[in-house]
Amino acid sequence: MALKSLLSSHNELSNTKRQLEVLANGIFKNGELPTFSEKLKSCNQFPLQPNKLEVLQINLGYMCNQVCAHCHVDAGPDRKEIMTKETMEQCLNVIRNTGANTLDFTGGAPEMNPNFRWFVDEAAKAGIKDFIVRSNLTIIVSNKKYHDLPEFFSSHNVHVVSSLPYYRKEKTDKQRGDGVFEKSIEALKMLNDVGYGKANSGLKLDLVYNPSGAFLPTNQALLEKDFKKELKDGFDIDFNNLFAITNLPISRFLDYLLISGNYEDYMYALVEAFNPLAVENVMCKNTISVSWDGWLYDCDFNQMLGLKIANTNNHISNYNEDSIQNRNIIVSQHCYGCTAGAGSSCQGTVA
Amino acid sequence: MESTYYNPADLKKFGKIADWNKDLADKFFDYYGKVFEEGTLTAREKSLIALAVAHTIQCPYCIDAYTGDGLQRGISKEEMMEALHVAAAIRGGASLVHGVQMMNKYNKLSM
Repeated sequence: MALKSLLSSHNELSNTKRQLEVLANGIFKNGELPTFSEKLKSCNQFPLQPNKLEVLQINLGYMCNQVCAHCHVDAGPDRKEIMTKETMEQCLNVIRNTGANTLDFTGGAPEMNPNFRWFVDEAAKAGIKDFIVRSNLTIIVSNKKYHDLPEFFSSHNVHVVSSLPYYRKEKTDKQRGDGVFEKSIEALKMLNDVGYGKANSGLKLDLVYNPSGAFLPTNQALLEKDFKKELKDGFDIDFNNLFAITNLPISRFLDYLLISGNYEDYMYALVEAFNPLAVENVMCKNTISVSWDGWLYDCDFNQMLGLKIANTNNHISNYNEDSIQNRNIIVSQHCYGCTAGAGSSCQGTVA
Repeated sequence: MESTYYNPADLKKFGKIADWNKDLADKFFDYYGKVFEEGTLTAREKSLIALAVAHTIQCPYCIDAYTGDGLQRGISKEEMMEALHVAAAIRGGASLVHGVQMMNKYNKLSM
């Protein structure tokens, strides 16, 4: 597990331009592998353009109680970027008029934003019925003030999507930090206690698996079967679905790939696993990502690379859905992470 | 010329054997793919067998390939190591069982 963010350890990859250079150079510059744009052109899918907007994914800030080794946000306790109430008000203005029907909160730990609950309450008043929260689980047990989050989530029927890289302690703690597995299990039990993941409760609890290393995820359905059995037998925990997510080669995971000498092999594996069918359903086709400071991006990964949407209306304060929907989605080699094999999105596989 | 017999980058070029004989290579890769599909044995079990055999034949390409394949399938390092001991036991046993031949010969030649 990383102890500090790339930013606070002054790692050169904390400069997003440097990350984009790494992804554009080497094996992609010398023609050994096709760039993502070239690949899309070869299957007549370039430029990538959005379908109907369904999801506004709002990043409430990069602060987190964990410092996970693979984190594409470079989140951690040392990150101070937090969405202000003023930006939330701007989001609410958009929410009142948007064609999107789902609000997807992410972070950092979105629950650490002091106005998180207020924002959910207001968005519900504005008519949003489908909420998703990307919860790291441990936040629920980290401090007394978060212990009632399961009740709060259930009061708005928030769909909880939680990372649990593995059903065993060793791999989970190595990726997410010492003690994370046990705390996650405790939090899952609290969610189960209010009905999350239980049959007929209507309260959805999904888990997210991502590989603990330089390899691609295996078949989502097979993994889900293993997770369900192990978590039920070992801890009496229930959940709905498992999403298998591919680690994208940006931020801390890119740093790991480079340091461990796995970068080229990993990119080869991603390119080799390119699936044109997965392109049709990648998350940038139906999602707009909003950063803590209100800028608009095609996805959370582009947000972390500083690639704002290719449209003059690129901030929540001058949001124009009709105009935005005509944009071309910005792509680079990291996008291979979303189109490998059965594909990958915040909802798991896509093809 | 390469200064070593094995180059890790060559594993990615395996498919290139088709450049010099496409017909046989296609048949081989088709067969290879079918062998590793889910069957009476699961693909997971086959991956562990492949890993054990890879060590028996000491093929560095296969070791790289099936260690990665195992990780991807969620096979634990404990399972991988146990599979290797199966290979080692058979391999060691194959040496030792010839001991009976040695003993037979020894006894035959001795008065």
